[in-house]
Amino acid sequence: MATRAEITSGLAEILEEVAGVNPDDVAEEKSFTDDLDVDSLSMVEVVVAAEEKFGVKIPDNEVQNLKTVGDAVSFIEANH
Amino acid sequence: MSSTDVVVTGLGATTPLGGDVASTWDAMLNGRSGVGALTQEWAGQLPVRIAAALAVDPSEVLERVRLRKLDRSEAIALIAAHQAWADAGLADSGLDPERLAVSFGSGIGGATTLLDQDDILEASGPRRVSPHTVPMLMPNGPAAWVGIELGAQAGVHSMASACATGAEAMALGLDLIRSGRADVVVAGGTEAVIHPLPIAGFASMRAMSTRNDDPERASRPWDKGRDGFVLGEGAGALVLERADHAAARGATVYARLAGAGITSDGFDIVQPHPECLGGIRAMTRAIRDAGLTGADIAHVNAHATSTPVGDMGEIKGIRAAVGDHPVLTSTKSMSGHLLGAAGALESIATILAIRDGVVPPTINLDDPDDRLDLDVAAHKARPLEIGAAMNNSFGFGGHNVALVFTRA
Repeated sequence: MATRAEITSGLAEILEEVAGVNPDDVAEEKSFTDDLDVDSLSMVEVVVAAEEKFGVKIPDNEVQNLKTVGDAVSFIEANH
Repeated sequence: MSSTDVVVTGLGATTPLGGDVASTWDAMLNGRSGVGALTQEWAGQLPVRIAAALAVDPSEVLERVRLRKLDRSEAIALIAAHQAWADAGLADSGLDPERLAVSFGSGIGGATTLLDQDDILEASGPRRVSPHTVPMLMPNGPAAWVGIELGAQAGVHSMASACATGAEAMALGLDLIRSGRADVVVAGGTEAVIHPLPIAGFASMRAMSTRNDDPERASRPWDKGRDGFVLGEGAGALVLERADHAAARGATVYARLAGAGITSDGFDIVQPHPECLGGIRAMTRAIRDAGLTGADIAHVNAHATSTPVGDMGEIKGIRAAVGDHPVLTSTKSMSGHLLGAAGALESIATILAIRDGVVPPTINLDDPDDRLDLDVAAHKARPLEIGAAMNNSFGFGGHNVALVFTRA
């Protein structure tokens, strides 16, 4: 069972790979689009990579609710 | 100078001969070949194992994350376009974005993206297919990206006329400015399909050289030993600008794009017309459009791809449309055939030939075809005072484009 910090760190790795986000900028309160500049297509890549990394299924209708890194961490924590 | 004169104020390129215009032109003047052996594992099974790959890989210029969203043809279109834009000095010129257009094409488009993503689809399923796939493979992708990054709002146009694409992009740019729809057009061509499938396809047509043991001597236009073209990759871009607009901002002018001629053969999907009738009409139109006669054309950068049939047909055409006096060259002997980018790169070579008063050489012309009865700058660059020069590009499908450039 991964901790929130471990999930955040895993997401930071994905965000760096997919969208060139500096891992130091990744924190739970950050918005994917407004703070980290992840465009909609890159967000799709982030979701697919997160599904693989954490062994979760993130339905398309759930993705729109994942505004911040913390939203994603909570979803992964509750579902993996 | 009339208000509809169009001049060239910026050049950009990334080619098998160099990562920019200066290095590419230097390589041409020194007769260097950009052709080499394909060392990838997949090349082993192919009948053609040579190509002219980029001298500078786009990964050395653009960030990794940007490249994830770009087909290789799009990445190099952006590199060439940004070079041309910087060269023209338009970045902080106050140019109205609604007066800036893009005319940029590719012969084959994002084929490598299509093939790579198909591999992923087969191996890992549809969810692993990149969400960037469609914008990476769509044929208007290079033009669209150039337009986005330069903020062009007067229209972004992409043409597809096979190996005439780059030249047709120039012809459309000329029209856009003459008709008053734009003051500045970034025009160019791009191609990046060094991949086993396109190579296998061209090889199955018997269109490519199989001189695998001697890559630098494989592209040999008009030589008796020619056995097909050598595939190259690269991009070229020109900034075309209304002459009075360029003059008002004190821009450095390379040359004038004085005329263009576009025709179609209506004849065959791959064979050029044996008498070059469509080519003759294109050349004649371009010369007339420039307000010149054949006698004014001192130099022709020929299409001449090193195929047995095409090279000699064009010679008949040049003789008929221009005359027996121009000094010819085929820079494809050095760069290989850049397909949809050929007309853009060769426009750059034609412009610099005018500026510098020198015709770049046709290398490997060791044993000229007996029917070659025009003067070619073989082996070595030849000094020549050039007031007007022509660039020819012909494409599968029967597309013929001739451009006339004149001294600024």
